Parts: sequence; structure tokens; C-alpha cells
Amino acid sequence: MLALLIAGAATSLALAQAPAATPPPPDGEQLYKENCIECHGPEGDDVPDVDLGRGRFRRATTDPELVGIVLRGIPNTAMPPSNFSEAQASAIVQYLRAKASRAAASAGNAASGRAIFTGRGNCMSCHRVNGSGARTGPDLSEIGRMRHSTDIERAIVEPDFMVAPSNRYIRLVTRDGATITGRMLNQDIFTVQLIDSKEQLRSLARADLKEFTFIDKSPMPSYRGKLTAQEIGDLVSYLVSLQGGGVQ
Amino acid sequence: MRRLVVGGLWLVAGSWFVVASLQAQVTFERLVRAAEEPHNWLSYSGGYFSQRHTELAQMTPENVRNLESAWIYQLNSREPTSTRFEVTPVVVDGIMYIVQPPNDIIALDAVSGRPFWTYSYNPSPQARPCCGRLNRGVAIHDDRLFMGTIDGHMVAVDAQNGKLLWDRTVVRPEAGYAFASAPLVVKDKVIIGPAGGEYGIRGFLAAFDVATGNEVWRFNLVPGPGEPGFDTWQGDSWKTGGASIWLTGSYDPELNLTYWGVGNPGPDWNGDNREGDNLYSNSVVALDADTGSLKWHFQFSPHDEFDYDAVQIPVLADAAWQGKPRKLMYFANRNGFFYVLDRRTGQFLSGKPFVDVNWASGLDPKTGRPIRVAGKAPSAPPGTLIFPGNQGGTNWYSPSYSPRTGLFYIPTWANYSSLYVRDKVEYVEGRRFAGGGARAPVPGIRTGQGGYSWAKPEEGYGAVRAIDPNTGALRWEFKMSDLTWAGVLTTASNVLFSGGGEGYFYALDARTGNLLWKTQLGSVIRSGPMSYAVNGKQHVAIAAGSGLFVFKLRE
Repeated sequence: MLALLIAGAATSLALAQAPAATPPPPDGEQLYKENCIECHGPEGDDVPDVDLGRGRFRRATTDPELVGIVLRGIPNTAMPPSNFSEAQASAIVQYLRAKASRAAASAGNAASGRAIFTGRGNCMSCHRVNGSGARTGPDLSEIGRMRHSTDIERAIVEPDFMVAPSNRYIRLVTRDGATITGRMLNQDIFTVQLIDSKEQLRSLARADLKEFTFIDKSPMPSYRGKLTAQEIGDLVSYLVSLQGGGVQ
Repeated sequence: MRRLVVGGLWLVAGSWFVVASLQAQVTFERLVRAAEEPHNWLSYSGGYFSQRHTELAQMTPENVRNLESAWIYQLNSREPTSTRFEVTPVVVDGIMYIVQPPNDIIALDAVSGRPFWTYSYNPSPQARPCCGRLNRGVAIHDDRLFMGTIDGHMVAVDAQNGKLLWDRTVVRPEAGYAFASAPLVVKDKVIIGPAGGEYGIRGFLAAFDVATGNEVWRFNLVPGPGEPGFDTWQGDSWKTGGASIWLTGSYDPELNLTYWGVGNPGPDWNGDNREGDNLYSNSVVALDADTGSLKWHFQFSPHDEFDYDAVQIPVLADAAWQGKPRKLMYFANRNGFFYVLDRRTGQFLSGKPFVDVNWASGLDPKTGRPIRVAGKAPSAPPGTLIFPGNQGGTNWYSPSYSPRTGLFYIPTWANYSSLYVRDKVEYVEGRRFAGGGARAPVPGIRTGQGGYSWAKPEEGYGAVRAIDPNTGALRWEFKMSDLTWAGVLTTASNVLFSGGGEGYFYALDARTGNLLWKTQLGSVIRSGPMSYAVNGKQHVAIAAGSGLFVFKLRE
């Protein structure tokens, strides 16, 4: 009963002050999930060259431009027009902006992280950044654009947790007995392509292979216990700062 | 028929056929007897039985390794971002008709690939086709070509000069309706239905007078008040019930029935507000071709929450069933089961899984209704793992049936699963109306547009699977590494053509699955092969990437 009375009083008050009840503000996250996720993905990075969750767009930079695209689509592309209100379109854009700013925030010291990366972390014996280092592991020049900081941190302390499919290692044995290991670059019905331990690009016919094995464990060592939490934070900050464009 | 001038002789499966080289009107009688003029490909699936099988036999398992490029036609679309070229060409007496995305009809010389004319249709900016701004082909009757557009129009164009004959607004693109499939001509009518099941449309099939474009009949694929099946929808859910048409139907001239596979109910992944079986979603319907009245229906996946639309080609065959000749329908369904139905009555004869299935433990042996597994339904993130995954055990890419081998060939996604997520959803006209989604259990094992694949076989692979339709037993499998979006064509000489996501176009021995020939087309193949002959030479054509590739035997 009390609740009813209060509710009734609130309603009277609202009616007295504003004739039209104000609807709740649109939920940008929910609208995104219901309407955008199918093409753009949960992180907003499923469409090539677009990363909505990190402020990377092909055709727009300002909020009004983005709202315009949400409302009107991009003619002659897969991005359709919508029937959103201006407020709903703005809520989606604000949700994406907030997501981008969260992604940009990081706690560590990137300069210290770089020193670890190039020094005692020995990361460059496998990885390459902006033209320096080895090529047997993934090139990390744009890793800050491609991975979220939490994923980068997890990869440093627990590299076996999830090896990205594009970084899978394989072991091949040819019919004449040679063993080749390396990072798989591609495969199809008839062939397989890899970069081997000597950084050579190789393409082999499956018909010439006696064995083809995926190596489930990552070749990368865990840095848990080898670096302090602060050092790992610094390293993550450095890696997040790698956004591409470092080579002129 | 104006098939007067003899242009050459053609060896067809052991018989000599006369080839007409003058362009003649494509009458209904010619469409019924399409198998007797195999140098032409008169409709999307090559004939009313939709077997995607040609009687042409010049290419054989022995000589098919000598295929070479005859010509390539590269698209010149106003839409440079469009890479989905899903057309099956129609060929009539040396002239090929294709549709360039989104809605340009092009007439080409089938010998040289040089264009005669282009009819360019400018779709409304309100068009919002769910799954690509594309079109799968035209239908032909007399001198008229018919095309459905992505903004919901039906148009007829003069086959000789590409001039518009009529243009009818059928549905509203701003509400998510679109046409993607090739229409089907039966007698003096052209039949089509709209896509848009991801936008909460209310699906239907409609027939239009070929001469005037006037609508002659319409059958509601989501029944309204007073119509049978209305009680399979809860509340007002029928108004947004989906049930799209994505693909061309089939036709039996003797029964005068036309058969169409129907799409998913809306919203796709959340059935909470549409309790009931949701007829005629995920069904095949048999309609009287003159009136559009329903003769029978069979629902493969009642109350679907997996997007298992029945948008596969209903393949008709006159074959023996348990020792007796019978009018059959073969239907490899997205839900993972291969069905055999009696196409006279719709009676369920058999249904066997052709891929791993975990959402149903089997089918009721009498009715064919799936026996659901408890707990296998979309859920809160990360979702429920379901086999087959969201694209299904197979999908819109055409299967083939060869009366020579008696085998049914399915472009298959094997070992394939998805995590199905349920989410709340509210209908707003013109917005997606899906209620969740489906994600790959291992993100990033392949790129969306093809080109790279890092998948392990246990994470899903594409295949052509040959099954015995009498038993559902697998006879052979041709494994690919990546998934497949390519249809299958078989020939009377036991050659099978198909392709896949890796860009290979290949020929197999239809009896054994052995590889006979392959070539690399450089992009994902999202279309079905077809075959035709001109000047006495058999050709095979396939759309891939943004090109149409045509091959013939080296001379």
C-alpha cells in the first residue's frame, strides 16, 4: 500500500511538472546488440578495417557523422539505413565511444614496457615490431589495434590459454622424411603455406606430406613469475601503444 | 515453338540431338521439356525437377582434365564493394542472361562472353536486404525475362533488347522485404516470394501474369486470422512471423503442383513470444500452380530457434521407393537431416541425419517430426553449442541428383557447430528482428570472405557428400579444407562439378568422388555450376568472386 501511495504521488507530481512522461533514455548497448552485432560482431571489429569498439571507422570521424551513418546507412554497401530515432542512434554512438575510451585507458608505463620487450624479456627473438625482430612469431606492430589489453596480458602469463587460429603452429613431415615446423599462414584442399623456423615462406602440396599435425601448445614461454605484476603492466601498456604506422 | 533451323548435332548421353541455333521463344512447353534441349539452361535449377543435372555428355571422366577457359566475364557493377555474385545463368539458344549485383540484367554471347546489352535497375536507398545486395538469377518466358529486385519490385524486360516491359511494386523495402531469388515461370505466371525473415516480415508466395505483371494469386506463408495454421502462432506474432522465400521452387507438370522451401520464423533465435509450431516457417509447401491454394505442407523444424530455414532446393525425382516407382521429393535440410517425401501427398517416407546433429535425437518414424533434446536451445551468453551450426548442415547452395548414379549430392558443412545466444527483442519496422545470435565456438578460424583458413578439421570443413537417397547412407565424401558456398552440378556422363570457399572449381567422378580436374578461381565460389552447349561444344559456367568463369574442352 505504501508503495502504491508513493507511486501515485510521484505520478501526480510528474503530471504536474511535465505533461508528457519522459521515456527512459535509449540503451545504446542493447540497441547495438539487437541491431549491429550480426555484421559488426560483439567487439565491433568483424567488418574489415572497422573497429567500432576502438574508434576506428572508414568514413566518419565526428559523432554527427556517425549518427548519420547509423540513420541513413551507407548507400550501395552492406550498411543499411535504419528506422532509429536520432536519440537512439546517438545512444549507439555514445556506447561505442565509451567502449573506445575504456580500451584506450591503460595503467602501465609504456617506455618501461618497451625496455622489457627489447631487453630481458627476449621477446624479439620471435616477435617483430616495426621492422625489428624475428618473424617466426606474430608481428606485433599493430597488436594494440588488434587485441584488447586483457587479452594481451593473458597471452603473456598464460600463452596456451588461447592461440589465435592465425598463429597456429604446425609440424609437417614430407614423404622423403624431412620435418618442417612453423607458423601456418594458410591452407586449402591441396596445399599448406607456412613460415618456417628459418623465416622462409614455404608452400607444400598435401600429397607430398606423410604427416600434418597442429601443435596445440604455444611455442611462447609463460612470463608468470618471471616478471613482476608492474612489469607485466608496463609490457601490456607498451603493446597496447603499438597501433601500426610505425614504419615510414 | 520456333525451333526451325538446325545448327548442329550434339551427343547427349548416347543419343543425337538437334541443336537449334536461332533464338526461339521459350514457351511453357519448352520449360516442361527442358531435358530434351540440354544445350540450353532455361531456369535457375536447369529444369522443373531442380536436379541441377545436365544430359550433356561431351565432358567425361576421361577427358575433363582437358578443360580450359573459354571466357571470363568480370562484373562492372556500380557497387564496387559487392563481392557476392551468386547467380546461376540462364542460357537460351546461344544467349546467356545473368544478373550483376544488385539488379542489372546482362545478355551475353555464350560463345565469346561479349555483352549484347545491360538493363540497369536502380534500387531504392530504402532497400535493406539482410544477407547481401545480390540476386540469384532471372526466369524466362517467351521473350520476357523476369527479375525480383532488392527493393521489392518485380520487373519484366525484353530478352532481345533489355528494355523494361513492366515494373510492379510488390512489397515495402523499408519494412525489410527484398527479392533475392530467381523467379519460377509456370504456364503464364511467374512466381516468387520475398526474403526478409531477419526483419520480421510476413512471408508469402505470389504469382504474376507474365504479360501484365498483375498479381494473380498470393499464398500467405504466415497464415492470418481465419486461415488454417493461424493457431500455430501466439498472439500477434503472426504479423512479424518471417517465413521468407530465398530460393526458387520446383514444379511437377503432371500434378500441377509447385514446391517451395520456406524460411525461418521471426525472431530467429528467440521463440518466447511465438509459442506454437509457427506454420509454414521451415516447411516445404505444395501449391496448386493455377490458384496458389495449398495442397499439402511438411514442416521440417517446428518452432525453430536455430535459423534452420528450409531454404534449400526441393529436388523432385521419379524413382523407386521400396521397390515401387513413386513420385518423390528429396530434401537435404539445413537442420541436418535428409528427407524423402511423397510429393503427391506430402507423406513423410524417411529422414536421416547427413551431418552431426545434437538438437534432435531423431525423427518420429511416422510423422517425421523431430524429437527434441532437452536443454538444446539458445541461451544467455556464451550460448548453447548446437550441431549443426547456424549456417546448417547445408544451406541455399544447390544440391544435385543424378538419375544415372541414383545418388544425391549435398554441399555440406561437416563437424560444424555454433554457440546460440538468446536475447530480448522488440519489433520496430525496418529494423533487424533476430532476438540473439550465433557465434563460432572458435573465433577467427577462417576469414569471413575466404582467402585464409586456419581451421582444424574438427572445427568444421566443407564437403560434397554423396548419399544413397533410399537409405540416407553416405557413399563417398570429397573433403575441402574451408567451408563451401558452392552448389553441385552432375552430368549424364558421371562428371560432378562443384567448388568451395577456397576458390577451387573442380570436377569429380560422380560415382566415386575421385578428383578429376581442378582450377583456382581466386575467390570464394558462392554459386551453383550450370552447363550449356553452343556450336556443338559443351560449356560449364560458375560465378566466383566478381567474375563469371566459363570452361570448355581444349580442341
